[in-house]
Amino acid sequence: MGSEEPGDCDEVIERLYVYLDGELTEERRVEIRRHLDDCGPCLKAFDFEFELRRVIAQKCRDRVPDSLLARVRAALAEEERSAGGGA
Amino acid sequence: MADRSRFSELAMEHMPALYTAALRMTRNAADAEDLVQETFLKAYRSFDRFEEGTNLRAWLYRILTNTFINSYRAAKRRPEKADVEDVEDLYLYRRLDDLNADLGRSAEEEVLDNITDDEVKAAIESLPENFRIAVLLADVEGFSYKEIAEITDVPIGTVMSRIHRGRRALQKALTEYAMAGGLVASTETAR
Repeated sequence: MGSEEPGDCDEVIERLYVYLDGELTEERRVEIRRHLDDCGPCLKAFDFEFELRRVIAQKCRDRVPDSLLARVRAALAEEERSAGGGA
Repeated sequence: MADRSRFSELAMEHMPALYTAALRMTRNAADAEDLVQETFLKAYRSFDRFEEGTNLRAWLYRILTNTFINSYRAAKRRPEKADVEDVEDLYLYRRLDDLNADLGRSAEEEVLDNITDDEVKAAIESLPENFRIAVLLADVEGFSYKEIAEITDVPIGTVMSRIHRGRRALQKALTEYAMAGGLVASTETAR
């Protein structure tokens, strides 16, 4: 364990989103995970952002209207007919 | 090269996600439905150019996004700025953290539990277009930076900056909802 620089938390928070996006190199991921093991406040912030993103993705869904489904099916069938592809 | 007769079988399952994205992009149901239909027709017509085995979902999103940008956005062009100079990282979290002492319980949990579908959708829809698309593709659809760069036809650096700024603006909007509706109201007795 190296000595904790005062800037560590800021640096970790700066990389938080890229970490959650899964876009960091393995080396950086390990560094961050190591920091989170030792730093309660950063871990809490990471957990919140992780949960928030899950909630956003989950609450942002809409049901496809049956009429749209029917419309698209009909349009594709028409397209297929006019292309003379059907047999 | 993909076989057109298999298009429906492969592509239809992506309609719910595409419709959701179309709604957030156009912000109204009629345009979203037209956009989805146009996307499926274009995809069907060019399906022989799609390489089977590659990422069909990303390919469909690319068509959706291009169609939106070319056909639906020209009408109401707005300045593309996300005004987030005063928004720091963890904006919502920090504000909730400040509230914890007053509340005597976790404001973070309160917000995560109580924020509504309508609030999340409205917050995303409040973002300027390019930022909205980037955040939508990253946070709602879970695409990688590279995939988003391909879908939206911009360099990865631009994608990252749009996601970053878009998320800040999203945090600000969510914070406003949390303060105005759910959180502040729920600390009072009447709701």
